[in-house]
Amino acid sequence: MSTHEINVTVNGAAASASVEARRSLVDFLRHDLGLVGTHVGCEQGACGACTVLLDGRSVRSCIMFAVQADGGDIQTVESLAPGADLHPLQEAFRRHQGLQCGFCTPGMLLRSLELINANPELSPEEAREGISSNMCRCTGYQYIVDAVLDAAAEMRGDTAGGDTASGDTASDGEEG
Amino acid sequence: MKSPPFAYHRAASAAEAAALLAEFGADARILAGGQSLIPLMNLRLASPGCLVDITTAADLDGCGSNGGGLDVGAAARQRSVELHADTLATAPALAEAIANAGQVPVRHQGTVVGSIAHADPSAEMPAAFKAQGGTVRVLDASGSREIASEDFFEGYFTTALAEGELVTGVTLDAWPTGSGHGFLEFSVTAESWPIALAAVLIHVAGGTIDRASVVLGGVAEVPLRRPEAEAILVGAAPGAAAFEAAAEAAAMGIEPLSDSFGSGAYRKKLARVMTRRALTAAAERVGGES
Repeated sequence: MSTHEINVTVNGAAASASVEARRSLVDFLRHDLGLVGTHVGCEQGACGACTVLLDGRSVRSCIMFAVQADGGDIQTVESLAPGADLHPLQEAFRRHQGLQCGFCTPGMLLRSLELINANPELSPEEAREGISSNMCRCTGYQYIVDAVLDAAAEMRGDTAGGDTASGDTASDGEEG
Repeated sequence: MKSPPFAYHRAASAAEAAALLAEFGADARILAGGQSLIPLMNLRLASPGCLVDITTAADLDGCGSNGGGLDVGAAARQRSVELHADTLATAPALAEAIANAGQVPVRHQGTVVGSIAHADPSAEMPAAFKAQGGTVRVLDASGSREIASEDFFEGYFTTALAEGELVTGVTLDAWPTGSGHGFLEFSVTAESWPIALAAVLIHVAGGTIDRASVVLGGVAEVPLRRPEAEAILVGAAPGAAAFEAAAEAAAMGIEPLSDSFGSGAYRKKLARVMTRRALTAAAERVGGES
């Protein structure tokens, strides 16, 4: 067993800590920093609930040790809405019922954010393929895809956002 | 579950990693991306006493063409290799294999060389590496050596590496113009482990196949070369008749195990179908862009 000093940036703020080598990144975020927005699911890299962005790229924080992230820039779900207003992606998930129990949602949001950042014009197929890295047992994924596409449109300024968003009322009949 | 305790060491270079392996002996394991090793540790199926992290060793990073092939360093992440222009030009079968492996967040972290050294006989990258052919570069505290891809895989999760040795990189030998590749796998869902896969390359000159490589995954204890299928292909004109016969030969004589995802007999049928389709895809790519 060994213990290590690590220095990371989490949601824009510097954080230093002493961690055991076996401490997973997700447990470091939750237990040492108190950022419990990131969820722990399977602990074997399969479900994606623990997805965070490390240096801008999505990673499974349950199959990574905190010590491996030393020097890294980490973004968790807590960064999305620092104030009272939800992030457009969170707002779209709410509007489209892109969540039910909410367990997968933090991971889904960060993976979706990465997809939209990489390609603001992503197609329904690209959204569906993109979120296939993350499991959701409630929604059947369709409403999540609707939310991601709607948020992408809003984030690139195509729509006024809010209640007039295209997929809002049509989701049930279109592909469901 | 959580990983059992271990001591963590970060190597700044390949030589330092080799020195650490020599110091800690059989209790030490190399940690690259950790996308196979850490799940095994969390499941308590592996409990190494010491991990040597090589991802910060600058001389192990990188991926690029060396003129005669593609060099992939032991710290190069799967996603960066998958999208690298030199991979697409020199080892497109590897790029396709990576794209079929895991999920993007896993490929951001996992390494190509780590997957090859892990030697899971169902995995994509070992099969593509063996199909294309090349060498494994190995280092220990006393020096370096090379192992041919053909000789590297010895059994389930078992390679020709000796205690104290680490893989510093692999080279995939380029195939000449007029070659084409095919990589196909079958799995229950996009996320699940392949039940069977085929990685093939052919080279065509004057309307005849003059070189062929056929490797199956998921059907034996190593990525399995199928010489009988290759012998049928060489000298034949590319086309449905040769590909069906070669696929038949590829599946003949293999005895895959049964598990909850499929019986041995089902795997055998899949091996034939995956081989035929991979060969068809390879023929379509010959002479054209990969």
